[in-house]
Amino acid sequence: MSAPSDSRVSAVAATETALRLKVEQVSYAYSATDRSAPQFTLGPVSFDARRHDLLAILGPNASGKSTLLRLLAGVTKPLSGRVQVDGEEISSLDLKARAQKIALVQQESQLLFPLRVWEYVLQGRYPYGKRLRFESEEDCVLATNALAQVGADSLRDYWMDELSGGQKQRVILARAMAQQPSLLLLDEPTQHLDLGGKVELLRRLRKLADENRHTVIVVTHELDLAADFADRVVLLQKGKCLREGTPAEVYDRALLEEVFDAPLEVEMRTNGRPRVSLRTNY
Amino acid sequence: MRPLTPRRVLTLCSGLLLLLFIAVVISLRVGAYPISIPDIVATLFNRVAGRSDLIPPVYSEVIFGLRLPRIVLGIIVGAALSTAGAGFQALLRNPLADPYVLGVSSGAALGAIMSLIFTPHVAGAIQMAAFIGAGLTTGVVFLLGRRGGQLDAATLLLAGIVTTSFLSAVIMFLMTTLSGRDLRGIEFWVMGNLSNPPAVNPVWLLIILIVAGGSIYTTTSDLNLMLTGEQEARHLGVNVRRVKLVVFVASSVLTGLAVSVSGSIGYVGLLVPHVMRMIFGTDYRLLVPTSAIGGAILIVVADTLARTLLGATEVPVGAMTALAGAPVFIYLMRRRVR
Repeated sequence: MSAPSDSRVSAVAATETALRLKVEQVSYAYSATDRSAPQFTLGPVSFDARRHDLLAILGPNASGKSTLLRLLAGVTKPLSGRVQVDGEEISSLDLKARAQKIALVQQESQLLFPLRVWEYVLQGRYPYGKRLRFESEEDCVLATNALAQVGADSLRDYWMDELSGGQKQRVILARAMAQQPSLLLLDEPTQHLDLGGKVELLRRLRKLADENRHTVIVVTHELDLAADFADRVVLLQKGKCLREGTPAEVYDRALLEEVFDAPLEVEMRTNGRPRVSLRTNY
Repeated sequence: MRPLTPRRVLTLCSGLLLLLFIAVVISLRVGAYPISIPDIVATLFNRVAGRSDLIPPVYSEVIFGLRLPRIVLGIIVGAALSTAGAGFQALLRNPLADPYVLGVSSGAALGAIMSLIFTPHVAGAIQMAAFIGAGLTTGVVFLLGRRGGQLDAATLLLAGIVTTSFLSAVIMFLMTTLSGRDLRGIEFWVMGNLSNPPAVNPVWLLIILIVAGGSIYTTTSDLNLMLTGEQEARHLGVNVRRVKLVVFVASSVLTGLAVSVSGSIGYVGLLVPHVMRMIFGTDYRLLVPTSAIGGAILIVVADTLARTLLGATEVPVGAMTALAGAPVFIYLMRRRVR
């Protein structure tokens, strides 16, 4: 093999394995008023994620999952520590530059006026425009592709309020894809879905992470789904990061039982992923 | 997928401008001294061509002395109120918001009256005072309309109603105690009227209209996203605080501008954006300019009816718009509040 192609190969390999998200010693605190003692503290938390990674932030209610997600999204500034995406500190980016790197999928809010699905998905192109912008051909192509990627091409001309919960979730995801982000963040995306919908969504996220080089981060409390789909897991309890690693490394029965306050069974399967079930035979 | 293009905005606005022109010509034609449409067109043409000597003096007096100034004022007021209405609807995330319903017009009226009392001879003071009155009232209604830190649609409307009646009472009090002064009368401020235009150069009003309306227009891409949800808009890169400030100031300026010259003409800001939304959809990049032109058309038509419907007796134009606007408001409210 000649030298140039060698270096090209290693350059590709370097970007493939390069860190996309680097979270260093991030902490945050809430208090009721400016002077009172903090009611809730998060961190310090450190972890990182690469391209193609699907990372689950796991924990029971009030463990600080959503706070951590907001810190990753750059919506709130950490009290200390740094969050870097593609080597850039997100708190130093302006709003539009940040929206080009990070897409956040939350529970959808109430629409004030009716909107078509395609209009909604085109909103994902907003960060790429100047102050007053009209959508280009290219924007339409990207929005169409985004809809196709989530299997929602046929919904293009529907009104948003005509959609079922699962369909709406896919359209919201399509808008995030239209942002062409490096980092795709999802806050409890499985909350309003039935079991079939949950599995379908996580398969889709897995596929997006594998094919599109997105780094996908999902906040969830669903242990079994995270065990099946996540490459890495960050386990939180009361604002503290207890453990971080592959599901096999994190899923320790005693630890999970303590964190989730429930009798659990954890067994290792042949594919190297743990299986979690409720222990009810006692 | 058919995204909005600047070309489509221009085409539709041109169509509406044509409608406005037709309304203007009809408005010039009717009245106590009817002038035939060919005569009107010839008169306008001669005036534009700089051949005023060919215009009969009586036409010159009726068209350029009486009717046209009133029409121009109506166009400015209608455009200002409709744009302000569209702005308030986005700012307060409430499709029922309108300068009149929210009490912002009453605030502007009170400001204008204060300026008539304290600074009667200062040029532009009345517009400035009306703007300050409108801005303060918007702020107060915004604060009163919150519930648990969130804007609440019903609470906001109640706050507007209470503010309107309180400010109307103050206006009434001032009118009664200071009845000897020239304060233009209670009916003018509470109902609105174009029959007695103030001595302001309309060019200045037009400049304010274009600057304030234009600054709202620059935020229309952002407003589209904010109507989907402010949190989400922020995540998509919208500077929500800046947009809100621009829309707040510009809508208050527009309300102050309209009220300072025509009193509180009601429901224009509610009626017009809603009709435009039904025809052209909810995209603010199209809604704001079409509402501005639609508002101009509405006021020209309403004022023409106001001065001709009962022969020699004039009805305030605000009564005409309220007659049309109140039923629409009720319809919207019933559809919305389930």
